Amino acid sequence: MEVGRAGLYVYSDTELDRAEGAAIESLKAHCQQAIPDPDKWLEEELRRNILLTSVDFMLNWARRSSLWPVICFPACCAFELIATAASRFDISRFGMEIIRASPRQADLMITAGTLTWKMAPQVRRIYDQMAEPKWVIAMGACAISGGTFAQSYSVVPGYNLIVPVDVYVPGCPPRPEALLYGIKMLRDKISKKSITEG
Amino acid sequence: MTLALSGEEVAAKLEPQFPGSIIESKGNNLLVKSESLFDLASFLKTTPGLDFDYLTSITAVDYYDYFEVVYHLTSIKHNHSLVVKTRCYGRDNPAVPSVVSLWRGADFQEREIYDLMGISFNGHPNLKRIFLWEGFQGHPLRKDYL
Amino acid sequence: MALKTEPFVINIGPVHPSTHGVFRMRATLDGEVILDMEPIFGYLHRGIEKLAEGRTYTQNIPFTDRLDYLASMSNNLAYVMAVEKLAGISIPERAEYLRVIMAELQRIASHLIGVGAFLNDCGAFMTPFLYMFREREKILDLFEMVCGQRLTYNYMRIGGVSQDIPEEFLPALDKFVRQMPGFIDEYDQLLAENEILLARAKGVGILPKELAINISASGPVLRGSGVKWDIRKADPYSVYDRFQFDIPIGSTGDTYDRYWVRIQEMRQSVRIIKQAMEQLPPGEVLTEVPHSLHPPVGEVYGHIEAPRGELGFYLVSDNSIAPYRFHVRPPTLINLTALRDMMIGWKIADAVIIFGSIDICLAEVDR
Repeated sequence: MEVGRAGLYVYSDTELDRAEGAAIESLKAHCQQAIPDPDKWLEEELRRNILLTSVDFMLNWARRSSLWPVICFPACCAFELIATAASRFDISRFGMEIIRASPRQADLMITAGTLTWKMAPQVRRIYDQMAEPKWVIAMGACAISGGTFAQSYSVVPGYNLIVPVDVYVPGCPPRPEALLYGIKMLRDKISKKSITEG
Repeated sequence: MTLALSGEEVAAKLEPQFPGSIIESKGNNLLVKSESLFDLASFLKTTPGLDFDYLTSITAVDYYDYFEVVYHLTSIKHNHSLVVKTRCYGRDNPAVPSVVSLWRGADFQEREIYDLMGISFNGHPNLKRIFLWEGFQGHPLRKDYL
Repeated sequence: MALKTEPFVINIGPVHPSTHGVFRMRATLDGEVILDMEPIFGYLHRGIEKLAEGRTYTQNIPFTDRLDYLASMSNNLAYVMAVEKLAGISIPERAEYLRVIMAELQRIASHLIGVGAFLNDCGAFMTPFLYMFREREKILDLFEMVCGQRLTYNYMRIGGVSQDIPEEFLPALDKFVRQMPGFIDEYDQLLAENEILLARAKGVGILPKELAINISASGPVLRGSGVKWDIRKADPYSVYDRFQFDIPIGSTGDTYDRYWVRIQEMRQSVRIIKQAMEQLPPGEVLTEVPHSLHPPVGEVYGHIEAPRGELGFYLVSDNSIAPYRFHVRPPTLINLTALRDMMIGWKIADAVIIFGSIDICLAEVDR
């Protein structure tokens, strides 16, 4: 490893690049099927004919009232997310203004932007580092299905090939009001969950 | 207004110094042989009166028989511009001399052309893929890719 | 007894709060001082140039929106101007003036984010950023009045603009233009002589004049280093030669100069908008262009002064409905060439500021 001088490049680690490239190719080979959306338990609600216990009620209220998003801002939708977090469409009234850089302290991933195969291992790593319970909102057309770029050679056609998605918010980019509606849908979904399921 | 220099004028200035290296010059373009590209470029950069100190952009186009690398040069001092083109034949290992040592702005643009078109630049200090990952098969912007 | 130290390599990004998107740097550090740095990007490479070869000229206009999404109007403008040059189409006067008004409003909106994010990196966590967003929302309201979208407008068309402005637009624009200089003054009062900003930004990350020209820098990065080069004055396009405005240039090329250049450019943009509003002629806004456009065989390079630098489009046409080659000259990718030189010798905290002062937008770097 050579320490560089001011001038043209003398250092660039091709070994690391090759290892990362191999990781991307293997992820691409494995992730060609969509991960099914995690809402099988919604169908089982009919079988539960007792009301949610008060423990469930308290836990769900606590979980949905302060979801902390993690930073995952590839592209244009990021700016509608930031506009939602700014003072006009305040996301802080839902307890979500803390956009955490550390995935260990976050429980929501709002994927705002196109996902490429080069970025996919990093997103998967961030998702894996988040602690349970965690949720994913796919924001924007590129996150749902690849959007305008779906036929490109380097774009993943939808985040649900890499991470399981709970709520899809369409739009290109979705307006802040649309994102807030998606967040409201997620909160409704959380309020129906019980601690006896996974 | 930036004056787009005509190819014939500049060819007339260059011909005495570099005989036989200019293939054709029409309109604002100057088509040169790739072996003499570096010397021509350094002449264009350093000669007073031409002084092309600003490389606006480098592009490559895939015409099926050959690849054409297009250089857009500008002079901030005199406010004139020129287009220089060069061709490389053959699809297996096309190569063109690099102009990074003259204009450092060519650094990332040449890496991009290598990555997406497969044209190598001789003399580039760090020619490796820039947008796609190592291990990606093929060069996407070529006309015969998918 | 000397302490034995060893440099180590650390990875900054791509998921990082201060990297303005998915940008990654591999830095070799000796303690906190950066010895070497390698920028890695491509995490947002979507293959726009290849996709554009399969779509018609008009269908490519939404692609250009998504290039530098913070300056969509400027991207649209550069592309449609290049196509009009290629096909030899001339557009009505009113459309030219509307284009200038939209482009300058977009310049203000983009610089607001550039400056806000830069100050965010400097440590003024969120306060100036949110102030900038407040003003930006006013501009986005104006854009929404015109074309219905807040971020990716798709407003310009080959032959003019897609629709005329509604009646409420000019009074609202007038109100905005009256308020904006007062807001910039408020900003200047808070920040121009601020000790912390001066200590963090003055003298940091200097880009010398010769190096700036050699790396083909453009935009505020080039002008902050003292080079008086602005496409609106050097190679005027559209109707810019009818307006009077100044080009602010910096003196040393440090991060404070680039920040200062952006603030002054906002003032000049307000001046241009006022003049354009006074001179706005009535008339049509879109010429008749054939539905399937077949430009003659040839090539064109059309460039404008986008907020981040010189944005150029190189189009090659073979008389079919889709471009044969669609290439974008990205100002931000080329401005990044000197990043390594600007960062060596500084600490990590300065590295974040230096990177923020170049004001990149990853979608344009990666296309």
